[in-house]
Formats: sequence, C-alpha cells, structure tokens
Amino acid sequence: MKRMIASVLFSWAVATGVAGANDQKELDAVGKARAVALAAELRCLVCQNQTIADSHAELAVDLRRQIHVQIAGGKSDAEIVDFMVTRYGDFVLYRPPFKATTAFLWLGPALFVLVGVIVLLRFLRTRRTRAQSDVPLTEAQRKMAAELLAGATPRESQ
Amino acid sequence: MIPEIGQFALILALLLSIVQGVLPLAGAARGNPVWMGVARPASRGQFLFVALAFGCLAYSFVTNDFSVLNVANNSNSGLPVPYRFAATWGSHEGSMLLWVFMLTGWSAAVSIASRSLPEEMVARVLGVMGLIGTGFLLFMLLTSNPFDRLFPAAQDGRDMNPLLQDPGMVIHPPMLYMGYVGFSVAFSFAIAALLGGKLDSTWARWSRPWTTLAWCFLTIGIMLGSWWAYYELGWGGWWFWDPVENASFMPWIVGTALIHSLAVTERRGAFKSWTVLLAITAFSLSLLGTFLVRSGVLTSVHAFATDPKRGVFILIFLAIVTGGSLVLFAVRAPKVGLGGKFEIVSRESLLLGNNVLLAAACGSVLLGTLYPLFLDALQLGKISVGPPYFDSVFAPLMAPAIFLMGVGPLARWKEARIPDLAMRLRWAAVIAVVSAILVPLIAGEWTLMKSFGYLLAFWVFAASLTSIRERLLVGTQLEWSRLGQLPRGYWGMIAAHVGIGVFIIGVTTVKSYEVERDVRMDIGDTVAVGGYDLKFEGTEEVAGPNYSAARGTVVVSRNGKAVRTLHPEKRFYPVQQSTMTEAAIDSGLFGDLYVSLGEPVGDRAWSVRVYSKPFITWIWGGCVLMALGGFLALTDRRYRASLAQRSALPAHAASPS
Repeated sequence: MKRMIASVLFSWAVATGVAGANDQKELDAVGKARAVALAAELRCLVCQNQTIADSHAELAVDLRRQIHVQIAGGKSDAEIVDFMVTRYGDFVLYRPPFKATTAFLWLGPALFVLVGVIVLLRFLRTRRTRAQSDVPLTEAQRKMAAELLAGATPRESQ
Repeated sequence: MIPEIGQFALILALLLSIVQGVLPLAGAARGNPVWMGVARPASRGQFLFVALAFGCLAYSFVTNDFSVLNVANNSNSGLPVPYRFAATWGSHEGSMLLWVFMLTGWSAAVSIASRSLPEEMVARVLGVMGLIGTGFLLFMLLTSNPFDRLFPAAQDGRDMNPLLQDPGMVIHPPMLYMGYVGFSVAFSFAIAALLGGKLDSTWARWSRPWTTLAWCFLTIGIMLGSWWAYYELGWGGWWFWDPVENASFMPWIVGTALIHSLAVTERRGAFKSWTVLLAITAFSLSLLGTFLVRSGVLTSVHAFATDPKRGVFILIFLAIVTGGSLVLFAVRAPKVGLGGKFEIVSRESLLLGNNVLLAAACGSVLLGTLYPLFLDALQLGKISVGPPYFDSVFAPLMAPAIFLMGVGPLARWKEARIPDLAMRLRWAAVIAVVSAILVPLIAGEWTLMKSFGYLLAFWVFAASLTSIRERLLVGTQLEWSRLGQLPRGYWGMIAAHVGIGVFIIGVTTVKSYEVERDVRMDIGDTVAVGGYDLKFEGTEEVAGPNYSAARGTVVVSRNGKAVRTLHPEKRFYPVQQSTMTEAAIDSGLFGDLYVSLGEPVGDRAWSVRVYSKPFITWIWGGCVLMALGGFLALTDRRYRASLAQRSALPAHAASPS
C-alpha cells in the first residue's frame, strides 16, 4: 500500500510540476474533470478578469491546489464553493448565486424573451387588422410587376 | 512644432464640425440650399484636419518625441517602429483621436458617395455626423488632449504595455473602430429620416449598404481581437465575456438585427419604426462601449468616482445622443405608416422573431455587463458575472434564433405556411438530426450538449443547401446554369449563414474535445496530446528588439516521426518590468497544438501548458465567412447598377429596384 501511494505521489509530482506537491493525492479522471470545471468558475482575485484556471498568478495556483486537496479529501463541489465564498465572498464566483440582489440578473433574460414574444405576437395580430390591403405599390414592387408581366424572372430577394 | 500643428488642426476640425452640425440642419429645416450646401465641404474639411492631427500624433510617436506627454507615457525609443505607430492609438487620448478619425472618414465617404441623394437628406445626415464629431472633439480638447506637452521632456518613454506589442495591435483597433463608428452612419440616416419625416423604403435602401459595411468591419475587428487574445494571453481561450469584449459585441448583435430589419424595410416597407430604433440602439451601444472602456468604471466604480471628468462627459454626451434620439423617435414614429401587409407566418414575421431574440440576447449581455457595476454603486455587494453566467443565458437565446435562421430564407414574403415549410425542410432536418447523432458517436463519447451544437450547425448547412437547391429548381429539374445568375446579395446571405454554422462547429468541437495538460517538463521529457508526442528540448536565452526571452524548443512528432518544431517563449520587457507568455501554435484546419511556457521549475525544467484544440480555427473562419458574406452583398448588381444610374439620372428618379 505504501509503495502504491508513493508511486502515485511521485507520478502526481511529475505530472503537475507543482513544487511541494507531496501532500497531494492523484485524482481519478472524474476528480480531475471536477477540478478543471471548478477552477473555470472561480475568479482569480488578484488578476484583471481571469478565472483561476486561466491565471498564472500565485494565488490562482494556490487555489487550484486547494481545490485539488479538497476533492481528494472527499469534499463535494458545493462544499468547495462554500469554502471559497466564506473565504473571499461572492466576488470569487463567476456564476453569481441566486439571491434577492441577483434575482433580476438571472430572471432578466427570460423576462426579455417573454416580453419580446408577447409584444411581437400582439403586434402581429393588431397589425394584420390595421394594415390596409390597398397600400400603393412601391417603386420596387411596380418594377417587379412589370418584369413579371414581361415574362422575365423576378429578381429574388434575400 | 508638429504637436502644436496637430493641436491646431484639432481645434479647426472642431470649428468645422460645429459649422457642419448647425448650418446644414438649419438649412434643411428652412429650405435654404446654400446652408445645406455647406455640409459636403465642411465634412471633407473636417476629415482633412483630423487626418492631419492624426498624422502629427503618429509622427510624434514614430520620431520618439518625448516632450509630448502622451508619447512619453506610452512609447519608448526601444519600441520597434510598427508598434510605435500603433502606439498612436494605444493610449486613451490616441484611441479617441482614432475614433474621431474614423468618424470623419465615414462622414467624408458619405459626402462623396451621396451624389444621388436629395440635398436635404445629405445635409441632415452630414449635419448629425457633424454634431457627433463636435461632441468627441470637445471631449478630446477638454479632457483628453493627445498633444499635451511635458516639460522638461522625458529622457525616454515609459513604453507601450508589452501585452499590446503585437501585430494584432496594428490592425485590430482600426478594424474594430471602423465598425463601431460606422454605425454612426446608420444612426445619422435614421435621425435624418426622422427629422425629415420621410421614413420610406428609399431611406432603408440608402442606409443599408453603409450598415452592412460597418457590420463587416466590426465582425472582422471582433474576430481579430478574439484571435489575438487566443495566441497572446497564453491560456488558449478565445472569448472571455470580458466587459471590454461585450462592449464591442453588443453593437454587433444589434447591428445584425438591424441588417435584417433593414432588408424588410427596404423590400416591404414594414418595421420602419423598429429599424429606426435599432439604428439608434446600435450606435448608442457603441457610445456606451466607449464610455465603459474609457471612463474607468470597469476597473472600479470608485476609481471612476475619484476622477470622474472623462466619464461624466461621455455619460452626458451619451444621454444627449440617446435621449434626444429617443424623444425625436417618440414624436415622429407614431406618424410612420405600417407598410405592406403580411401574415402571422411570413418571412417578415420570422425576421422580426429573430430580431426579438437578438434584442433579448443583447439585453442579457448588457444586463450581465452592467449588473455588477450597479450593485457595487448601490453598495449591495460585489459580485462577478463571468463566462458561466453568459454561457448559460446566451446559448438558449441563440439556439431558437439559429433554428429560425434556417427557416427564414425559405419562407415567402407576406404569407408562408408552416406545413409547406416543414415539407420543404424535412430533408434538411433529417440530415441535421442524423449528423448530430453520428458525429459525436464517431468522435468518441456521445453527450446531449455536443449533439445539440452539431444539430444547430448541420441544420444551418442543410437548410442553406435546401435554399440553394430550390433556387436552381425549374419544375423538378435542377438547372445548374442558374447558379451563376443568383444575385450576389443572395450568396452573401448564404455565406454569412454558413459562417455561423462553421463558427458553431468550431465552438462545439473545441468545447467538447479540447485536451489540456499542465505538466512539468525537464529536458527530454515528452507529453502526449491529441495523437501527438511533444518532446521538450530545453530553453535558450535569446534577445529581442526590446526584450529578452527564454525560448523553448518543443519537437512535435506523430507515430515517432518528427513533424514540427515549436518555440514557445517567455519574454521579459525591462522597461515595464513585465513578463509575457508567447505561445507557440501549430495551427491547422482540423485543430491547433498550443504550447505555452509557465514558470521555470528548478534548473532546467519548466512548467508547460499543452493544449490540443480541435477545429478552433473554424471559429474565426466562420467570422471571416460572415464578413465575406457582407462584402459580397455589397457588390450586388443592384448597388452597382444604381451607381451607374446615378450618373445618368437626376437624384429623385434613381430607381430603388
């Protein structure tokens, strides 16, 4: 068992190149994927606007290691995120949590579409009844009509 | 001397812009042809003076005149000449000058290419552009003078930010601004039409090519920015939903809606008010983008509060432009006629539906970009809104829009029938579904998300093919000779739509199949990524023109055969004491190998990031196709024919066919 752990640790150290990584266990594929996904959702607080997955900053490296350790320690994603939030506040989350102050942020897009579609449908309905059918032809239509009558192919629209 | 000439030229340009903004508009209102006649010479004069000022600033940069504050702060004698030239727009002041340069350029272009337009229209359009110019020239002269002197002159400059020292800096900002500012033409046409009370299809016809042209430049500009970020930042991303990116993306979305809405207004005389509103919005968003990027609110609301001069000026200007236009719109729009009649299902309504989705998408991006600023300003806490948010709201809004994109070109104007459309598109749907299931299966593991991306892409391709096929059909016979007769405007649309499909293929494939390895590599170590073996052969010190670099050598081999050698670099720029990662990329049609050096670990070893990014070039290829589509549409016969007609016919008789 000891030898196995040692070899795992060795391969991890080689694989990550993180100095002082001796305290870390190699993650399985699922764990790795979770670590990558989590890192992509968290903000590097000392950078301009980067996720900790993207950043080369020391803090980002440190936080990536932290995620790694916690996943290896059996923590769930939610627990790790909670840990980060207690440490750094909501600012660290690139996916803002849903609460009273962010309700409009999250519901806004759906609201836009809903209002847009309702207005659109009402507009189309009322417009159909309002638009007179005897609108005089535009120049373009008249020309098209002339072309049609002359037997030419009407120029198609895009 | 030269900087003073530049400054003087700017002042003269300001005076001319005031003349251009006042006399022609007054002349158009009072029917005074002499006043209206001022518009053209004034706009050309303004362009010449701004060009002169721009030339003076560029000269100061290229000749290292460190007695100019702007040059001393943003350039350095060690900087290679192309970057010194690009440094002209590398600073806040310089980029504002580029903004005005572009504006006056567009305005001069309108003055030249508007011979067939009624005098009143030309006077109003150029008048509005003159007023915009006045605002920006005042802004520069009052708060951001690029020619301010530094006394005593600096020994040497503080250098350009090393991140910007890249060919991308030479080409990306001019392209982006060409697009950004180009929407001022569509805006001015809309305001002119509102002022004149003539919102008809002729107006749409005139502003359409200008809008398309601006949109093409903006597409190219955004694409170049994305590509630049990809190879320069060293972590292989191509879009970060950064507020600065969103600032350019929002006008693009609205511009896209505007292009489609203009098509309906021109063809069918419908949606006039909506089209005008989009034109106002597109330009207002360009201004808002300028405000966001230039005022400093993005870095911190508080930084903005401590030095608010610039921000407040742009904000007031934005309020005047947008508010004024909207008031004018509110007064005039109710009198606008409805245009041609159409049914609830028709090409008109499908295009309008697409517009609603695009507008909602733009609204969401705006919401996500401004929300943290508002929360912070109201002291309700600091939050970050980043890629996870935008990805999860943007994709669901775009998916139905892309579905409609396949249907729209096949629907008839005035009235379409859903059963008929379903019949005609059934094979396209089958092809899309089968490809969506098969492609991820062949490539490996199948997931719903991957499949959905491919579904949209293949839907676009198949629907476009269906559309082309129908155009070639005579009875039941495919008439290939008709291929050459289809108008270029049509091909432009197909190219742009296929571009969207190509783009989606790129995005989906990269997201689904990219491989990232973050490894420590000693000399001789190898790492396997995407079917390639990469062997690290160490680094050597090399000297660049104004930096020193550790240059790595990585040999790429496939099946034991060396195919390529890559040289990622870690550069150190002594003037600004900063380190830059220069990634090495083996780019190909079906994917990139991306290698970037992290930090040295121990004596000879480095931490190295290696990515395999399948199909990533398709992302930018798709954008290029979209822009090409736009340019193709601009060369359509109807524009060329009308150019020929213009010289032969008096203005009002030019046929709007």
